[in-house]
Amino acid sequence: MGSATTSAMTTGTTPVTAFARFARWFRRRLVVFAGLLTLGYLLLPNVVVTVFSFNDPKGRFNYAWQGFSADAWRDPCGVSGLCGSLAVSLQIAAWATLGTTVLGTMIAFALARHRFRARGAVNSLIFLPMAMPEVVMAASLLTLFLNMGAQLGFWTILIAHVMFCLSFVVVAVKARVMSMDPRLEEAAQDLYAGPVQTFVRVTLPIAAPGIAAGALLAFALSFDDFIITNFTAGSTVTFPMFVWGSAQRGTPVQINVIGTAMFVVAVVFVLAGTAVANRRKKQQE
Amino acid sequence: MTTVTKKTTNTMTTTRTATDHSGDVRLSGITKTYGSFTAVHPLDLTVPEGSFFALLGASGCGKTTTLRMIAGLEEPTAGTVSLGGQDVSHLPPYKRPVNTVFQSYALFPHLDVFENVAFGLRRRGIRSVRKQVEEMLELVQLGEHARKKPHQLSGGQQQRVAVARALINHPRVLLLDEPLGALDLKLRRQMQLELKRIQTEVGITFIHVTHDQEEAMTMADTVAVMNAGRVEQLGPPAELYENPRTTFVANFLGTSNLLEAEVDAASGDDIVLRAGVSTLVLPRARCSAPATAGGKVLAGVRPEKISLVHADDSGEVPAGRNRITGRIAATSFTGVSTQYVVDSPVCPRFEVYAQNVDRDPRLVPGAEVVLHWNPAHTFGLDAAQDIDAGVGTAEEEALA
Repeated sequence: MGSATTSAMTTGTTPVTAFARFARWFRRRLVVFAGLLTLGYLLLPNVVVTVFSFNDPKGRFNYAWQGFSADAWRDPCGVSGLCGSLAVSLQIAAWATLGTTVLGTMIAFALARHRFRARGAVNSLIFLPMAMPEVVMAASLLTLFLNMGAQLGFWTILIAHVMFCLSFVVVAVKARVMSMDPRLEEAAQDLYAGPVQTFVRVTLPIAAPGIAAGALLAFALSFDDFIITNFTAGSTVTFPMFVWGSAQRGTPVQINVIGTAMFVVAVVFVLAGTAVANRRKKQQE
Repeated sequence: MTTVTKKTTNTMTTTRTATDHSGDVRLSGITKTYGSFTAVHPLDLTVPEGSFFALLGASGCGKTTTLRMIAGLEEPTAGTVSLGGQDVSHLPPYKRPVNTVFQSYALFPHLDVFENVAFGLRRRGIRSVRKQVEEMLELVQLGEHARKKPHQLSGGQQQRVAVARALINHPRVLLLDEPLGALDLKLRRQMQLELKRIQTEVGITFIHVTHDQEEAMTMADTVAVMNAGRVEQLGPPAELYENPRTTFVANFLGTSNLLEAEVDAASGDDIVLRAGVSTLVLPRARCSAPATAGGKVLAGVRPEKISLVHADDSGEVPAGRNRITGRIAATSFTGVSTQYVVDSPVCPRFEVYAQNVDRDPRLVPGAEVVLHWNPAHTFGLDAAQDIDAGVGTAEEEALA
């Protein structure tokens, strides 16, 4: 652009064409630029997390770049309580995923396939937890648990997580089941498959992508939930609670290490999945 | 196949019929109602073993419901279904020796062609399926596509997978629910012949549900025409076509010219009818309505049975022919034939199909003509029916 402006002063005709040429070049790639900007917007926080996992902070806070160090990567559990909270979070997420996937799949099938008296009501009630402000629900849950005399801790967190993840699983699985041709199950029955075999051999494999999507969603939601967990945890500390707590006093670099590691694991899973799908496609062609 | 039949016959214990039609499909008084709507009225039907049977009718006539009751996918409200003398009315579909080719095929999308075809064998606990599946894929000419997923196949190929998947189980009866409905016309013709060939080869009873009258007539040995939950008429295609007994059958199966006529005399083998100024002769054997002098019947004749001559040549019409006069309203040339619509005082739109052998250049719209046909080609129907029943239904279905 600089040369274009200087030449504009000397010749008088070229600047128009040079600028027009740039404008045309830019306009033609507008979609690419918009895409890159959006992607940057989405990924910048992840980049910061990763970069600062190699920081060597002089004080207690990991907010300014001070120098490169891989110390935190060498000793991720070096901060007391961090890996313990991570283990609690992973356990809760795993059990919550299992519970919600089983329950949610059953609810989704009931809603999509069977006509029963309260079907309409259940269909809308199931979305209520999604619509309720999380902090209100968290406070109410605490009230409920206290009134029931429940001991706050691992189990109350798990119950709360299953509750708020359920709607998401139901939505994901129901969409899949609704789009499934009911004749496929009739065909299975016609081909000597009893009810159990029909479910295992035909219904479940076809509904699997929806169930998997619901399960992943439940895991992610449960793993990083803070508000509801904070209200129902008692003295138990999950990973998000640990991060929140340490942010008051100083942020250890290890938090960034754990965050980056989870991100890498997720990316590896996605890449592996894509690779398998591609190879399968190629084999069929 | 004989061994299979024998085995089942031996295991049958209680309800074996005296006459040994061991492979017959027998429906006795089966009825299906949904609330106040009756989809199938009490229906008695026997499909002989090894036959190619078609249930023909417009959509909503109850033909698919009937098929689903045989398959066990629908439970009859009343009546029984028996296969080879064994009452299967209350058996679930997976316990009936019957397989279905579904409309739009219902192939399992997550399994490849081989596993789709092997599905029934595997469910019955058969371990080594490879040889049978390969033979079956050869029969339907899909050997090289065994490892493809259904969505990678064309419509015609998917259709053949559906047939192979059902046939490999050697069912007593193969049920086909509009199996060719999703195919284009040329492919449909080809598959009609293919299915007929397979049926002849394997000798299994085929029950075919269709709304396409031409398809039913091409393929089936016996056709049952259904209308509003009842069988209107049942018989070999030629008999249904040549001698329909209701206006619905006359209009639904091909085209019929129907005209209202008064019975002038009903003695001997022929009935003499009066329609306007014309006198028509109708063989008594071809009249399904009670004909008494002074009563009314509908006289019918198929368009291709009629000869057309210009009014100036009316003297050339041989004696003893049924004749009617009229004026050509429209003509359309279709290549092998020319179709004429003739307005006549006794019937407003008489259709005539003439082979394009010697075309008379005088036969243009507006020309006065004489229509004549062999009295033996006339059929008589009860005049109390709707003369237009079944008109246009077939065409609408084909477009849908």
